[in-house]
Amino acid sequence: MSAVHVSTNINGDDVEFVCRPDESLLDVLRDRLGMTGSKEGCGTGDCGACSVELDGRLVCSCLVMGAEVGGHKIETIEGMAQGDKLHPLQQKFLEHAALQCGICTPGFLVAARNLLERNNDPTETEVRYWLAGNLCRCTGYDKIVRAVLDTAKDMRKAAAKSSAKKASAKKPAAKKKAAPKKTAKKGARHAA
Amino acid sequence: MRYEAPDTIKAAVGLLSKAKGTSRILAGGTDLLVQMRSGMIEPDLVVDIKSIPGMREIVAEKGGFRIGAAVSGAELEEHGKVGKMWPGVVEATNLIGSTQIQGRATMVGNLCNASPAADSVPAMIAAGATARVVGPKRTRDVPVEDIAKAPGKTSLAKGEFVASIFLPKAPARTGSAYLRFIPRTEMDIAVVGAGIAMTLNAKGVITAAKVSLGAVAARALVVEECAKAIIGSTLDDAALDRLAAAASAAAKPISDKRGTVDFRIKVAGVLARRAAVIAYDRARG
Amino acid sequence: MPLDANTPDLRTEFKSVGTRPNRPDGVDKVTGRARFGADFALPGQLTGLILRSPHAHAKIKSIDTSAAEALPGVKAVITYKDIPEQEGCDKDVLVNIMARGTALYDGHAVAAVAAVDASVARKALKLIKVDYKVLKHVTDVDEAMKPDAPVLHPGRFEPVDFSTLENAAHVSGKEERKTATRAHSNIAGRYVFGHGDPDKGFKQADIIVEHEFKTEATHQGYIEPHACTASVSSDGMAELWVCTQGPFMVRDVCASLLGMDVSRLRVTPSEIGGGFGGKTTVFIEPVALALSRKAGKPVKVVMSRSEVFRATGPTSSASMWVKIGAKKDGTFVAADAVLKYQGGAFPGSPVEMGAMCAFACYDLKNVRIVGYDVVTNRPKQAAYRAPGAPMSAFAVEGVIGEIADKLGIDAIDIRLKNAAKEGTVSSYGPTFGPVGLVETLEAAKAHKNYKVKLGKNQGRGVASGFWFNFAGNTCVSINLNVDGTLALALGTVDIGGSRASMCLMAAEELGISYEDVRAIIADTSSLGYNDISEGSRVTFSSGLATIKAVRDLKVKMCGRAAKIWGIPEDAVKWENGAAHPAGSNAGNFPPLSIKEIAAQASATGGPLAGHYEINAEGAGPSFATHVCDVEVDPDTGAMKVLRYLVVQDAGKAIHPSYVEGQFQGGAVQGIGWVLNEEYFYGKDGTLQNAGFLDYRIPVCSDVPMIDTVIVEVPNPGHPYGVRGVGETSIVPPLACVANAVSDAIGVRARTLPMSPPKVLAALEGVAASKA
Repeated sequence: MSAVHVSTNINGDDVEFVCRPDESLLDVLRDRLGMTGSKEGCGTGDCGACSVELDGRLVCSCLVMGAEVGGHKIETIEGMAQGDKLHPLQQKFLEHAALQCGICTPGFLVAARNLLERNNDPTETEVRYWLAGNLCRCTGYDKIVRAVLDTAKDMRKAAAKSSAKKASAKKPAAKKKAAPKKTAKKGARHAA
Repeated sequence: MRYEAPDTIKAAVGLLSKAKGTSRILAGGTDLLVQMRSGMIEPDLVVDIKSIPGMREIVAEKGGFRIGAAVSGAELEEHGKVGKMWPGVVEATNLIGSTQIQGRATMVGNLCNASPAADSVPAMIAAGATARVVGPKRTRDVPVEDIAKAPGKTSLAKGEFVASIFLPKAPARTGSAYLRFIPRTEMDIAVVGAGIAMTLNAKGVITAAKVSLGAVAARALVVEECAKAIIGSTLDDAALDRLAAAASAAAKPISDKRGTVDFRIKVAGVLARRAAVIAYDRARG
Repeated sequence: MPLDANTPDLRTEFKSVGTRPNRPDGVDKVTGRARFGADFALPGQLTGLILRSPHAHAKIKSIDTSAAEALPGVKAVITYKDIPEQEGCDKDVLVNIMARGTALYDGHAVAAVAAVDASVARKALKLIKVDYKVLKHVTDVDEAMKPDAPVLHPGRFEPVDFSTLENAAHVSGKEERKTATRAHSNIAGRYVFGHGDPDKGFKQADIIVEHEFKTEATHQGYIEPHACTASVSSDGMAELWVCTQGPFMVRDVCASLLGMDVSRLRVTPSEIGGGFGGKTTVFIEPVALALSRKAGKPVKVVMSRSEVFRATGPTSSASMWVKIGAKKDGTFVAADAVLKYQGGAFPGSPVEMGAMCAFACYDLKNVRIVGYDVVTNRPKQAAYRAPGAPMSAFAVEGVIGEIADKLGIDAIDIRLKNAAKEGTVSSYGPTFGPVGLVETLEAAKAHKNYKVKLGKNQGRGVASGFWFNFAGNTCVSINLNVDGTLALALGTVDIGGSRASMCLMAAEELGISYEDVRAIIADTSSLGYNDISEGSRVTFSSGLATIKAVRDLKVKMCGRAAKIWGIPEDAVKWENGAAHPAGSNAGNFPPLSIKEIAAQASATGGPLAGHYEINAEGAGPSFATHVCDVEVDPDTGAMKVLRYLVVQDAGKAIHPSYVEGQFQGGAVQGIGWVLNEEYFYGKDGTLQNAGFLDYRIPVCSDVPMIDTVIVEVPNPGHPYGVRGVGETSIVPPLACVANAVSDAIGVRARTLPMSPPKVLAALEGVAASKA
């Protein structure tokens, strides 16, 4: 098996590694780079515990080959907190007790952040369908969904505050790129 | 095992043609890595086609759309225009797996994995989609229904792969829909799938229709009787009853961990009916 | 020292307890820093993989490992020969971790390799040649009891002569007498509980309802696969890092299987990614140790998801018969049941507990339950949240639902009429102390969910449930640090936030801030023996021991204050985080805070620590009542849970958020069990759905918010009134959802899972009978 040399970027840092072609990105993260925050619950893309962003797109790292990430950007759970400052989602997960055993938590956080970056005003149904690929066996999902909705609420408040501030400073309001509202689909499309 | 990421179709075809043993295409990888992981296959060569120009693009062509083989479900959805013309196809593709799977999985992968339960396939068939097959000898355009032969088997020859899907221009007053049944609300393989596309005249009479069923035979079925049952009607209750009966009659399923023969036969009719109602509403605009 | 004046046996006023602070291990878990089973690595470690039987039942004629051993990079290959039987070890566990002569189920371990990496290890597995002779197999519990069934353990279990036993007609239909005539059987045990005379009782009944029920095996479905890293030195000293609910159990069992002194094996529990009872035994741990012993290097073994399904312990599948008689006013006059649980290839199905729980919610004068423990060609069952109870509750609560419907009595009222309460002689023997079933029923009836109007194809179900709660061996240490903060060492693995609860109880008892107490889970060489984290025992038992260890520390701290003040020890009391003179006669000294005492510890006699060790009793059962609304699609049999309410007695909720979490998690596991989860076997006895794609646990979009009400009827056995809460929540959902479906569409599901094909077939059956 011929090893592959890969140069990539993980959480903003340039990273180089060598891997066998049969190694998944998850294998590389965990076994070669010591980044064990992404978890393997199934290895078949059915549990979401290994969720990472690949070029801003939410994916299961167990279904990405290590060999194919050269030149791409990867974001993992390890890059979510900035220094000692937790991401608002991480803080809300703690406050809402949205984790019990915690094994699924990194995957949920990465997936939820990806949702809120696209849509900071999701409905409960949108949150539930977006996170349907992340299995949790402990919580029954209730507190996880509440934590995500509560974070979104705070994000909207913060956004409103900052835009009000800008307006009062009489600066031309920054053109806000409309986030694609793309999660409504799933709830609606289950007519069957 | 060798990993290659050629940057032209010609190079990819060359690698595949010369390869000894098992070779596989890597686009989204959501089937390939699962099969490798389970030990189902041990490819000697994996050809990653994502570096080939055009593979990740959707381009307008002859009023329709050409969709590259490595376009993910999420990218297809975000395109918007494809979904406006062929909502059935885009919805079906977006039903495959989770948000995470949507970030990677492709229509072409779904097609070439040749699962009888592939969600996007009945929808593509109903839309009259064709697959562009590239290979060592020639490039050919093949109706989507002719790609899968049996579970896990395609009609592709050695060295060939599907480079893109072409969705033709939808005629005026055309509507499409795809519905599937799964036991959960997400993350399941279709127990039954029904894709339908239809075109109406100005009076709301169905003038053309194509119906395809998934997961009820060794590959997706094109059911002429279903189309006949509704062509010429305004999708009244009698037409819907005929449609459901034809769908159930065409279903030749098996019983397995996902469903029983009786269940699949019954639900094939139910879904064909429900999908037709949606498609009809869409066609009327 | 008048400690008791400040710390009455049952405290009712709290400062810390009942609040909802962030858990001490929280930041590590939201940042990915927490180390779970597979996150541990040692320099030079090898990868261990296990070869498993592809057959449900097969004689192993030979195993040839020579080609695997010759493969470069392979450092050890083992079979059962490398784990010789030790005197006094548990033979069933020994055979389960590595087949000895016969493979008893699809997935049964046959050999194992350790190699330099996973790629080489996978190749090596393929090079091991096993010559099997396939034998006839049986996976269904009723089939396994038949006279012509293949016998798993020839010569081990004597046949049961049903002709002499009560209820025999319901054991195996017409076959029961024949069973007595064959040489050996698959019936590993028989359990009988009850009192009074059911046969007489039924004669007083105005209505009798009896039915047969079946439930399929379900898996705990923890998201973290089993994982461990073993390192055995040439001098026989060994270390093991493992995700388990019971590190002391792992240590003792592994030492016994491998012939080691217990003192030579140190087990460190990792963070655990779910267990629900499934991590209360050993599977890969002794194999990893044996591989490491042979290879002379550390070996890491991590199961794949498929291995988890095929080769760890799901719970039992069950076949049951339940009969209940009632008066017109709803009073139950007699109850009778036969429960048959298969526990996989070895004895030990939870049928005894299923039988004890079956009628435990009700005050019955005439009751009888007979349970059979049966072996089949399936993986050895392991505990799963309230082991055995959800199945029997499914049958019993289903029959009660039908009686209520037939008598036109409200589903909660009929349960209130018959509810067990303080003084009730339980169906399994003991007389209940203070219990909270009535309170849960009343709270459920008063809840807004019970008043919501239902639409077409919608229905409402009610069910109650019971779990004993365990206590057991527990040992806790608390150390006072130099700055007055505390290090609390626990021996019960924290599986869902228990460190937070322990810190709250310690802070409460000391009268200090929650943040000043930090809890760790100790390894097996650092603390005395602790039973497994199971049976909802942790908050009760480790909580009790924590409180008592703190009291031990408080006595010592008061002693130091006495020394400093030069007054008798019994003239000092502890209040609000400080030592005070007990009264004006004791002297007029300003209080000494815990920080001041800590700072002077060295000068006043040395380090300060509290300890407590106990084989605890008095856990106090927890009852629950659930209410659920569903909607059924009559054309497809698809079901949607619209609303779900859990009302449960927690005794005292130490950290209410985690109590609610237990309620919600158990309810959703139960919803999965009733709707879609099942072990699906092919005709060849191999598992067809060994993955999360086709073993369908509920996903986020499948369920609504799970409403909760915490009822608090204090448990006199705990200083703060705590009852375990982890398990009862999975007991009612099976029947609760089934009763709701019946209310919606008139179909009573008695076979689980009630997947859409079954519901649709039943609906068509109803339609046909009406036509």
